[in-house]
Amino acid sequence: MHALVAGGADIVEMGVPFSDPMADGPVIQRSSERALKYGVTLRDVIGWVAEFRKTNTETPVVLFGYANPIETMGVETFAKAAKAAGADGALVVDYPPEEAEQLVTTLGAAGLDTVFLLSPTTSDARLAQVAALGRGYLYYVSLKGVTGAANIDVADVAQRLARIRSHTKLPVGVGFGIRDGETARSIAQVADAIVIGSRLVQEIESAPEDAVSRAQAFMADIRTAMDRDIQGHPPRGLPSGRAA
Amino acid sequence: MRVYDLPDAKGHFGPYGGVFVSETLISALDELKAAYARYKDDPAFVAEYEYELKHYVGRPSPVYHARRWSEHFGGAQVYLKREDLNHTGAHKINNVIGQALLARHLGKPRVIAETGAGQHGVATATIAARYGMECVVYMGSEDVKRQAQNVYRMKLLGATVVPVESGSKTLKDALNEAMRDWVTNVEHTFYIIGTVAGPHPYPMMVRDFQAVIGREAREQVSAMTGGRQPDAVLACVGGGSNAIGIFHEFIPDESVRLIGVEAAGHGLETGKHAATLCAGRAGVLHGNRTYLLQDDNGQIIETHSISAGLDYPGVGPEHAWLKDSGRAEYVAVTDNEALEAFHKLCRLEGIIPALESSHALAYAAKIAPRMRKDQILLVNLSGRGDKDMHTVAEKSGIQF
Repeated sequence: MHALVAGGADIVEMGVPFSDPMADGPVIQRSSERALKYGVTLRDVIGWVAEFRKTNTETPVVLFGYANPIETMGVETFAKAAKAAGADGALVVDYPPEEAEQLVTTLGAAGLDTVFLLSPTTSDARLAQVAALGRGYLYYVSLKGVTGAANIDVADVAQRLARIRSHTKLPVGVGFGIRDGETARSIAQVADAIVIGSRLVQEIESAPEDAVSRAQAFMADIRTAMDRDIQGHPPRGLPSGRAA
Repeated sequence: MRVYDLPDAKGHFGPYGGVFVSETLISALDELKAAYARYKDDPAFVAEYEYELKHYVGRPSPVYHARRWSEHFGGAQVYLKREDLNHTGAHKINNVIGQALLARHLGKPRVIAETGAGQHGVATATIAARYGMECVVYMGSEDVKRQAQNVYRMKLLGATVVPVESGSKTLKDALNEAMRDWVTNVEHTFYIIGTVAGPHPYPMMVRDFQAVIGREAREQVSAMTGGRQPDAVLACVGGGSNAIGIFHEFIPDESVRLIGVEAAGHGLETGKHAATLCAGRAGVLHGNRTYLLQDDNGQIIETHSISAGLDYPGVGPEHAWLKDSGRAEYVAVTDNEALEAFHKLCRLEGIIPALESSHALAYAAKIAPRMRKDQILLVNLSGRGDKDMHTVAEKSGIQF
C-alpha cells in the first residue's frame, strides 16, 4: 500500500476476498482465490488498514468487496472495526441502492462513506437515487462486463460523465478497462479520478517476488502520463488520482 | 385458507430474496421484470406456453399410485407425480420453455445457462435447438468430468459447453460465470436460470413456470381419491425448483404438510452434505438473500451429495421464507438412504428414479410406515434416473 502511494496513488481501494466474486473477471478472481488459500479474512484486511495507518494518516482507504463476509461479521461490527482501523469508506459490489439503506445508515453513523457504482446502463431515475445515497465519490464502471475487460471509449465516457454530473456534485471516478498510461491520461482529462484494479493485480501476479517494486513502478508510469496534462490546473473534486 | 402473494414488488419473501447484484446487471433485470410482467398474463403468450407443455413436453404428467411400494410400508398410500416422464426426463423443461419463449419475445437470439448435473443444461440446449437459438452452457469442470454423458447430449443438441475452472469448479461457479457472460453480452443474450434462486424476478418467475406441477397434481389426486387432498407433499430440495413447483398450489391449504428433503450426503454431523436449510444460515449469494452453507468468515463452502442436482450451497429464497414461517418443514436424508429408496422403487414399481428425487422417496419411506393406510403422501418424482446409471453402478462396485 505504501508503494502504491509512493507511486502516485491518491486513494487506495483495498479488496476483501470472497469465494464467489460474481462481478469480477479472471484476474481479480484469481487474486481472491489466492487470498482465500492463505486464509485471508475481512478482519485481516481491516488489520492491514490499521497497520498502514501507523505511518500514513493521509491517503484515503476504501474497502472493496461483497456483501456476505460483511453480513457475517455484522454490518455494525464491521463499520466500527473499519472506522477504528482508519478506513474511510466501503464499496459493496452486490449491495445496489435498493438493498443498501441499512448499510449507508450504519456506515454513516460510524463516519464511513458508502461508495456506489454507476454503469453505462444506469437510468436517469437511478442516477438520482444513487447520487442521493452515495457518499465520498461515485465509481462509474465504464464498460459492460466484469473487471479487467478490454477497451474504453473516451468520448462515450465524457458524455456519460456530463449526464452523471447533472445529478450529483460528488466526484466521479472511472474504472474498468484502464490498462496503461495513455488510457489513464485520456480518461483523467474528463473524470475526477481513474480507478485501476485488474491491471495492477496482473502486475503483482506476474512476478510475486518483485510485487512491491513492480506495483510502484507501474503506478509511477500512470502518474507521469496523467500529470503531463496537469500543469497547475486545480483538479475538480478529488485530485486526479487513482485507487488500487 | 390464507392468501399468499409473495414476493413483494422488490422481490422479497420476508427478509429473503431481493436483488443483490452489481449495478451493471440492474438494467438487464429491469428489462426482464418488465417483459415478464407484460407477458405472464398475456393470453397469446400463455396459450403458446401451454401448447408447448402439452405437445412438446407431454403434459399433463400423470400421478401414479405406487401400490406395491405403499403395501411394502404397510402405512400411507404413496402417489408419485411423474415429472420423470417429461421430455428430457425431468421437471426442468417446464421452466426452460417459459424463459425461452420470453427470450424470443424480447428478440434475443442467444441463450445461456448454468448447469450442475447437466439436466438444466440439456433442457436449455433442447429448447434452443427447438427455437433455433444459439446456446452456451456453463458447467463446472469437475461436473463436466462427472457428467460426461450429459455434456455429450448438450453437444448433440448443438450447444457449446464451457467448462468453468474457477472456485470449486462446480455449479455455484458455473452460475457466477453465466452471470459474467450475461453482464457482458446482455443486448443479445437471455440468461435462463434453472432454479428458484438468483436475483428477483428469477425466483418468482421460475416458480410460476414450475407451478404447473402442483396445479395438475392437486386435481389429479383429488380425481383419484374421491375428492381428497394429500396429507403431505414431499419433494427434494437443491435450489428448490421442483419443490416450489409442487408446493406452491398447496401453500394456502394449511391442512397439507409440505416437506422439503435436502441432501445430508455422508451425514449432517460429518459436514459433508448439501443441507442448506437444515444446517446453514442466512447470507447473500448469487443475487439474493437466503440460507447458505458458509464458514465463519462468510465464505461459501463446498457441498457434497451423491446427486449432482442437489449439490448447491444456497437455496431458493422462498424456501427460506417457508421454513422460517413454519409453513413448510425441511429435513435431510443421506446418500445411502437415497440409494436404498432408489433400489426399492426400481424393484417394486419398475421405475428408475433420479438420485435427486430418491431423496424425497427416502423420506416418504421413513414416515409412511407410521401413518394410517387411508392417509396420502404425494411425492414429486422430479426426474428419471437414466443419467445416474454410472454413479449407482459404481456404488455397487460394477464397472461398465
